[in-house]
Amino acid sequence: MVVKKKSKLLSDGPDWSFELLEQYEAEIDRVAKHYGLDTYQNQIEIITAEQMMDAYASIGMPINYTHWSYGKKFIQTEQNYRRGQMGLAYEIVINSDPCIAYLMEENTITMQALVIAHACYGHNSFFKNNYLFKTWTDASSIIDYLVFAKNYVSKCELKYGVSEVENIMDSCHALMNYGVDRYKRPQKISMQVERERQKEREAYLQSQVNDLWRTLPKIKALDKEKNPRFPSEPQENILYFIEKNAPLLEPWQRELVRIVRKVSQYFYPQKQTQVMNEGWACFWHYHILNHLYDEGRVTDRFIMEFLHSHTNVVAQPDYNSPYYSGINPYALGFNMFMDIKRVCQNPTEEDRHWLPEIAGKDWLETVHFAMQNFKDESFISQFLSPKIIRDFKLFAIKDDEKDPFLHISAIHDEQGYQSIREKLSAQYNLSNLEPNIQIYSVDVRGSRSLTLRYVPQNGIPLAESKGEVMKHLHRLWGFNVRLEQVDESGKNPLIASCPPANEQSEMAI
Amino acid sequence: MAHFIDRRLNSKGKSTVNRQRFLRRYKSQIKEAVSDAVSKRSVTDLDTGEQVSIPKRDISEPVFHSGKGGNRDIVHPGNDQFSKGDKIKRPRGGQGQGSGEGDASDSGEGEDDFVFQISKEEYLDLLFEDLALPNLQKNQLDKLVQYETYRAGFQTDGVPSNLDIVRSLKGSVARRIALTSGKKKRLKELERQLELLKSDKHDHDLKITELEEQIAELKRRIKAVPFIDTFDLRFRNYEKRPVPTSKAVMFCLMDVSGSMDQATKDMAKRFYILLYLFLTRTYKNVEVIYIRHHTQAKEVDEQEFFYSQETGGTIVSSALKLMQQIIADRFPSDEWNIYAAQASDGDNWADDSPSCSEILHNQLLPLVRYFAYIEITERQHQSLWREYQNLTEIHPHFAIKHIKTVDDIYPVFRELFEKSIGAQKGVA
Repeated sequence: MVVKKKSKLLSDGPDWSFELLEQYEAEIDRVAKHYGLDTYQNQIEIITAEQMMDAYASIGMPINYTHWSYGKKFIQTEQNYRRGQMGLAYEIVINSDPCIAYLMEENTITMQALVIAHACYGHNSFFKNNYLFKTWTDASSIIDYLVFAKNYVSKCELKYGVSEVENIMDSCHALMNYGVDRYKRPQKISMQVERERQKEREAYLQSQVNDLWRTLPKIKALDKEKNPRFPSEPQENILYFIEKNAPLLEPWQRELVRIVRKVSQYFYPQKQTQVMNEGWACFWHYHILNHLYDEGRVTDRFIMEFLHSHTNVVAQPDYNSPYYSGINPYALGFNMFMDIKRVCQNPTEEDRHWLPEIAGKDWLETVHFAMQNFKDESFISQFLSPKIIRDFKLFAIKDDEKDPFLHISAIHDEQGYQSIREKLSAQYNLSNLEPNIQIYSVDVRGSRSLTLRYVPQNGIPLAESKGEVMKHLHRLWGFNVRLEQVDESGKNPLIASCPPANEQSEMAI
Repeated sequence: MAHFIDRRLNSKGKSTVNRQRFLRRYKSQIKEAVSDAVSKRSVTDLDTGEQVSIPKRDISEPVFHSGKGGNRDIVHPGNDQFSKGDKIKRPRGGQGQGSGEGDASDSGEGEDDFVFQISKEEYLDLLFEDLALPNLQKNQLDKLVQYETYRAGFQTDGVPSNLDIVRSLKGSVARRIALTSGKKKRLKELERQLELLKSDKHDHDLKITELEEQIAELKRRIKAVPFIDTFDLRFRNYEKRPVPTSKAVMFCLMDVSGSMDQATKDMAKRFYILLYLFLTRTYKNVEVIYIRHHTQAKEVDEQEFFYSQETGGTIVSSALKLMQQIIADRFPSDEWNIYAAQASDGDNWADDSPSCSEILHNQLLPLVRYFAYIEITERQHQSLWREYQNLTEIHPHFAIKHIKTVDDIYPVFRELFEKSIGAQKGVA
């Protein structure tokens, strides 16, 4: 390799051209294959800063339905960017097949190469191989589905009016996080089938719903104990429940609920794999570009510029730094993958004790295994080594409302490793982050009111916004909605309802 | 192998529709901000864009999320001083470092405003939304008074003076090439054959004669193609189109007698500027004539109009007379859309008010599109107001309004130009 060094050196720009990008991409592709990265076909699009802001506004997707909140997001981004309060991302990558990546035209050739290695090979292979993405998303149909959604929404706007559609969409967005199936595997549906089925559903669903209420008076005689509760089990997917069971929704409104639910489901895995996904991408841009440097394909200037950017990306400010805003997922993920490689290649006594399954194994196989079969929560509880805890100087603060002081509950020492690992893992557990709210029952024979239950964790209450969200739920459900908080005493007090509790009782009279 | 696609030339305004949706949704709040701005801004920069701020809670998108309190255990990096079991005082400001980002922003930024910029166009659209120039429709036809001649391509027929020589000769050249090129080719070919035959050792007399005849025939036919034909002639075509007059003149009349102080003048100025902006959106050229008066009227420039002070009594009719004279001299009403706004504190010599009313009624009001009178005072109305009030009942395009403070200006302005208000008055 060293012999051929000169003839193969790639230009280091700093300006890029399409030929040069292709050369780099080909080299990166070759190295990525060498390391066994399995990816979707890449589609790399060069865009301007303004287009990047457009992409930001529509949650990164190349196409999306129209909604005022995206306009708000756009205005915000534009304001911040203009005032220089924030820079734009170097890239956006979309979990689709082919995998679409946006590159900013302002980037130098080094940055473009970094971004290609990071997004088009790192993220791309993660999307294709991680079990959560395999289970929850269908990369080949997402763009088609969004095209369908956009057209459907604009058709509804023409037919029923912008405000009508906006009302439903607002309400659905308020409940978007509760539109996810956590356990069931969604079916794969192609574009055509989706369109046909949508028509059928429209007619069928409506009759189903009416039926639900029509058949009820017959069993009036049965006493309350024997009446089956509806739904028989608590439902976590609130939007799904609404779509199928809300008594007053029109068919097209049900379809809008479904669209929001589908989009929410599509993004669900990304929320759970932030550390892993970014870590994996950083791990590979680092390895691929260094490999190219070792082969003599890129210049010193190139690698210095790359290392400069890379170091900025994976920097972790300390808790008392003004730049601190939580743990940087790039830093944690990158260092954990590097650490897995280290444990495989040069395990210490401590590593053999803490990570016996991987110590001394083939590193390439191990990192692929880790990428494929975990999400942030399980990844941390499985692979966070004492060395990482020491390097990051991790410590935990216990903050109990009833206690006037904060307590340091664990630090990076022998007694603290296990505890830090558990706490950090729990911090990435989505069920700990999102309040646990489920549909508990519907008063089918009476007021048709819908009751939800909130199960607090560690005594953390729901934020004030619950009242507003309940209004949105009320709009979708059409009858009274109530939110109860489960407590130890079993009283389950009402914490929010729409219409508000006092009016409700008046109405009952 | 990856595909590279250059999207930079694609349309940029992907988010425009979403932005418009946002503006549409918060129109009432934005409008409020805009009308506030009219009274807050300094008069000179009234037509730039505007910074709009909306309280954040009005535009928040609520979701279920955890609130403050409870029991948390959060991991942080970079320990430099703590060991297990340490107690620390709770930082002020509630959760502080102890909580995740969501909560911190909840207590920290909750009441912030959402501030953003709207463009000058959007600003003016909002400012003048639902406003129409009174009587515009009725006078629409009047506006189509001038015709303009303009070139409209070429035609094959016309008067000799419109003949376009270059264009015609170009046609002639083209025609000649088209008609002769085949023959010329053939001619060359025959001449070449003739040459061959002639240079041949054998005799080809018969053939040579035949060829020579053919060549002569071809030459004759080529010559028969005329140098220029009537077919080639092209004449310049002219058409006339109506041009709506986009000329408007705005008369600003103001009382500058001692009773008008600087604050009152400023209020009047804001009103004039609103009117001016409004007119510029409808007309291309807007001339502004400033007439100030005490006992005598005088046409002045802007600086003098707003900032010089005189003392003396007040005779309003002098200004009206001057206005009438200026119209007669310089602004024939069939060419100009005439608007007038008069500001005063209501003082006038009691004897003069009836004559003002008469001048307006007989001479000015038939000429102008709209005449607005605003009285800026906190006192009782006097004779001028009462005289004018009678006029409003006869003339739908004459309006009077009373302004007390700066905040009244924009609402009053809106009231004056509200769509269909002219029509309603017309009925009454």
